[in-house]
Amino acid sequence: MELVFLLEQILNGLLVGGYYLLLALGLSLIFSLGGIVNLSHGAFYAIGAYLAVELTKHLGFAGALVLSPLLVGLLGVLFERFLLRRFYSADPILGLLLTFGLAMVAEQVIRMVWGAAPLPASIPPAFKGQVVIGDFLYSRYRLLMLGVVIAALVGIWLLLNKTAFGRVVRAGVQKPDMVAVLGIRLQPYMTAIVVLGVGLAALAGVLFAPISGVHPAMGAEIMTAAFVVVVIGGLGSFWGVVIAALLVGVVRGVTIHFYPPAGEASMYLLMLLVLMFRPRGLLGERIERFD
Amino acid sequence: MTQRSFPPLQPQASSTRAPSTSRRRLMTGSAAMAGVAALEVLGFPSIVYAQSDKIRIGHLTPRTGFLGPLGEYAVMGISLAVEEINATGGVLGRPLELIAEDSVNPSTASSKAQRLLERDGAVVLIGEISSASGLAISQVATRNRRIFVNTGCNSDELRGKNCSRYMFHVEAANTTYVKACGGALLRDNMIKGKKLFGLTADYAFGHDLLKAAKRFVTANGGSFVQDELVATDATDFSPYLLKIRQAKPDVVVSNLSGNQITNFIKQYAEFGLPYPIAGFALDTALAWGAGADNFAGIWPLTWHHEVPAPAAQAFVAAFVKKYGRPPENQAWGEYVALKAMVQAMAETKGTDPAKMIEYFEKGAPIEVLKARKGSFRAWDHQLLQEMYTVRPKPKTQVKDKWGFMAVDAAVPAASAALETLAPTREENACTL
Repeated sequence: MELVFLLEQILNGLLVGGYYLLLALGLSLIFSLGGIVNLSHGAFYAIGAYLAVELTKHLGFAGALVLSPLLVGLLGVLFERFLLRRFYSADPILGLLLTFGLAMVAEQVIRMVWGAAPLPASIPPAFKGQVVIGDFLYSRYRLLMLGVVIAALVGIWLLLNKTAFGRVVRAGVQKPDMVAVLGIRLQPYMTAIVVLGVGLAALAGVLFAPISGVHPAMGAEIMTAAFVVVVIGGLGSFWGVVIAALLVGVVRGVTIHFYPPAGEASMYLLMLLVLMFRPRGLLGERIERFD
Repeated sequence: MTQRSFPPLQPQASSTRAPSTSRRRLMTGSAAMAGVAALEVLGFPSIVYAQSDKIRIGHLTPRTGFLGPLGEYAVMGISLAVEEINATGGVLGRPLELIAEDSVNPSTASSKAQRLLERDGAVVLIGEISSASGLAISQVATRNRRIFVNTGCNSDELRGKNCSRYMFHVEAANTTYVKACGGALLRDNMIKGKKLFGLTADYAFGHDLLKAAKRFVTANGGSFVQDELVATDATDFSPYLLKIRQAKPDVVVSNLSGNQITNFIKQYAEFGLPYPIAGFALDTALAWGAGADNFAGIWPLTWHHEVPAPAAQAFVAAFVKKYGRPPENQAWGEYVALKAMVQAMAETKGTDPAKMIEYFEKGAPIEVLKARKGSFRAWDHQLLQEMYTVRPKPKTQVKDKWGFMAVDAAVPAASAALETLAPTREENACTL
């Protein structure tokens, strides 16, 4: 009987891990091509959630799900064009400071516009309720989230592996100088990657809004988990991030099953263990930037 | 959020003395005096401030981090109270001036409290939500022999082992919350012989609350079959919800805090578990954040904007006029605290903390915007007051996004003494 509940936690962990993916993938993409560790990634997640609350009032949840990431993507264009661009070849610490400062500014702006109190957001009526399969119960809304995550994952994989765009991006990650020699400007590709990255963060924000608090510090709250996933997976590795996200979800669920007080700490322990044996993360060896 | 803290400022009093004495050694006569005078005008506001006829009020509360949403209401509440007092000519013929600071964390709260008292000359400190920061502020206030009114820290220990002659508690104690909500649960037959599943915030406040909850539940014939500690930064409750389903309890009880409560209520509604829920602590803003669709269970509150007392409704009207939304219970806390301090200043005809303490210890009645007036208990400075429990209103009665909580009749019943809810001498180790 105990085994059933453990399996339930493992399965749930796999599903939960999927949600970290959206954030971690964007973070990883921006780092891979631009070499920038985007500490303001959580801010775009929060803005996505707040826009979703506003847009849902007028367009419904489906409208918000599409439009909010697009609007945040537009913000991403400005972010890349006027801020990030100056920092690609600078000392990495400057990029860290820039994005860290930006995250704080964004949190204050949210507080000024919407106030500090959490905003209510609910699950769309069509997705309320549960699915029960045998002994396993799950919320319909989380299955919707899972669907969106898988669609995004497949989309990004196809984009990176089956298109000309993806080939240039992958080449740019490995050998930016060679790409330049071939006469390809990486700049527009970088803009696109930033838009895609922050758009994914916003998508995560829209999906989380109905099931977690929508408040100004939500970005900072979720960022730690996203970074842990990226570090465990290995910076710049697509499948590394995917595996790490699932692993973090499972380890957290299993820890809570046996020893709840260590629930949040378990992912840091996992990170410690992985880094001890693989200092670049599970699949992070392909990045040459730090050599 | 520590990045927003400021380094502790040197106490201004000592820094004025140091340069002036060294100057006297170097210079003579009027030149030295002129130099000191210039220093005073240029760089030492504490001396300039001392001549001001304003009465300064120091306010400290977290504006950032997971308690930030409540801190915002705290500032709104005290600002409104200051404005009202000044509109009627201030107190003792002097206007009030509010200096509000983000307390951030215990160490920052402590250094800011020191600065408010020493440099700004605040006559009283009001505020705080985090019990750890509250203790730090209380220690500074006690050292400086100035009053600190706690408006939001629930910890039993703060008014027990750590009580101070200079600290007064408008916020109810954890034990009081447990007794208020526990009474409603007993009445609804949700404790005696029942299996409870507890979720507890894994820090000092949660542990303190769990202790009070266990004491009450055990004494009334119920039992906690399981209680799980939840990290304050947890946002996903699904593994806990699966455990609850596995345990099949009779009642699920929340000893959570801050944003945890919002997340828990939302995700409990999402998973649609059949067990009734209740909580031993709540702030209205957290329920508002969960929304009318998700709110469920029975929860205790010190105050709610639909409390029918006329004084409460006057406060609500003034608050809505100024801010465009109803006050939260944290706004109530600061508003009542400031008005109580002003009352004491007017009655004792001054700002002498010793006289104000004596005034309250004699049991002066205080307007707490409820049907019955409150008063501070002499031996632990806890405000004796009515409490409320809330539950979801029937959907048809919900008028707006703020008004989805039905407020039960105040407890204790009008026939019972207010003391019945407060921690007893046995439960409270305070010796003043």
